[in-house]
Amino acid sequence: MNSPTLWVYLASSPLFWLTATLVVWVLADGLAAASKRHPLVNPVLISIVFIGALLAASGVSYKTYFDGAQFVHFLLGPATVALGVPLYRHRQLVARDLLPMAAALGVGALVAITSALLIARAMGVPREVLVSLAPKSVTAGVAMAVTEALGGIPSLTAALVILTGITGAIVVTPLMNLLRMRDYAARGFAAGLAAHGIGTARAFTVDPIAGTFAGIAMGLNAVFTPLVVPLVLTWLKI
Amino acid sequence: MVRGLSILLVCQLIGEVMARGLHLPVPGPVLGLALLVAGLALWNRLRPFSDEALVAGPVGQVSLGLLANLALLFVPAGVGVVQYMGLVAAHGGALAVALLVSTTLTLVVTVGVFRLMKRVQGRADE
Repeated sequence: MNSPTLWVYLASSPLFWLTATLVVWVLADGLAAASKRHPLVNPVLISIVFIGALLAASGVSYKTYFDGAQFVHFLLGPATVALGVPLYRHRQLVARDLLPMAAALGVGALVAITSALLIARAMGVPREVLVSLAPKSVTAGVAMAVTEALGGIPSLTAALVILTGITGAIVVTPLMNLLRMRDYAARGFAAGLAAHGIGTARAFTVDPIAGTFAGIAMGLNAVFTPLVVPLVLTWLKI
Repeated sequence: MVRGLSILLVCQLIGEVMARGLHLPVPGPVLGLALLVAGLALWNRLRPFSDEALVAGPVGQVSLGLLANLALLFVPAGVGVVQYMGLVAAHGGALAVALLVSTTLTLVVTVGVFRLMKRVQGRADE
C-alpha cells in the first residue's frame, strides 16, 4: 500500500478518528493537569480546536469523523445516569438543601434565559436566532428539541450550548473565588445550572460535592428550562 | 465493568421508553438517573450496603470512571459545532456579549439565591 492510499484508508477509518479523539484528549488533559487545572486551560476547548483544525486541514467531513467519535459521544447517556451514584452517596447533604436548590433553580433558570434574550435583542439579533439562544444553559439534546419546537435553528443552538458550557467552565472558578464563595454545594449548583455538563465536568475537577450539586442542577434544569422558554418568549414578545 | 455498565444502560433504556411512551417532558437519561437513585435506595433497604461497598462495586466503579472523564464526552459534539461557526459568526459580537454576560449573571444570581435560602433556613454558617 503506497502512502496516499494508506492515508485515504486512515482518514476514512473510524479507528483513526476514535484514536485521535482519545489521544488529543489525553494530551489536552495532561496540559490542564500541568497548569494545575487553571480555568483558562480548558481541555474540552483545546481538544475541539485541535481536532477541528485537523479536520479542516485534511478535508475530512464531520460525518466521517463522527463515525469514529460516536463511541465516545454515546457514553454521554450512561454518564448522565451515572450522576445518580454521587447523588445517592451525598443524599443527606442534598436532602437538607432542597429549598435552596428549588429557589436557585427557578430564579437562576429565568435569569439565564431572560438576560441572554434581552442583551441579544438590544444588539439587533433577529427572532430566529433569539429563539435558538433561549435554551443555551441546558444540555445539548434537550436544548435542540426546544429550539426545533419553537422555530429556531437546532444546529445553531448546539453551537451556542457548547460555547455557553465552555464559557461557564472557564468563568466559574475565578468568579466564585472573587465572590469569596466557600460553599461548594452552592458553587457547584450554579455551575451545573448555567453551564450544564461542561460546567458539571469542571465542578468535578474542583470538588466532589460541587460536582454532585452541579449534576443535580443540570438534571433539574433539563426539565425546567423547556417548560419556561415558551412562557419567557411570549412574555418578552419575541 | 460490564455488569456496572449494563445496569446504567438498563436505567437509561427504561428512562427513554418512559419518556417516549408517556410523552414526558424529561430527557430519557435524566429519568434513568432518577431510576438509578430509586434502585440504590430500594437495594439498600433490602440488603444494606456501606458507602465503601457502593464505590468499590460494579455500578460505583463504572460511574465514577465515567464521571472522572465527563468532559471528554463533550468533545465529539463540540467538534461538530466548529462547522456551524459561520452561523454564530454572522451575529458574532452580539452573541459573544450575550453568552458571556448572561452566563456570568446566571452564576452570580444562582449562587446568591442558594446562599440566601440557606440564610433563611438559619444555616448561613454552613
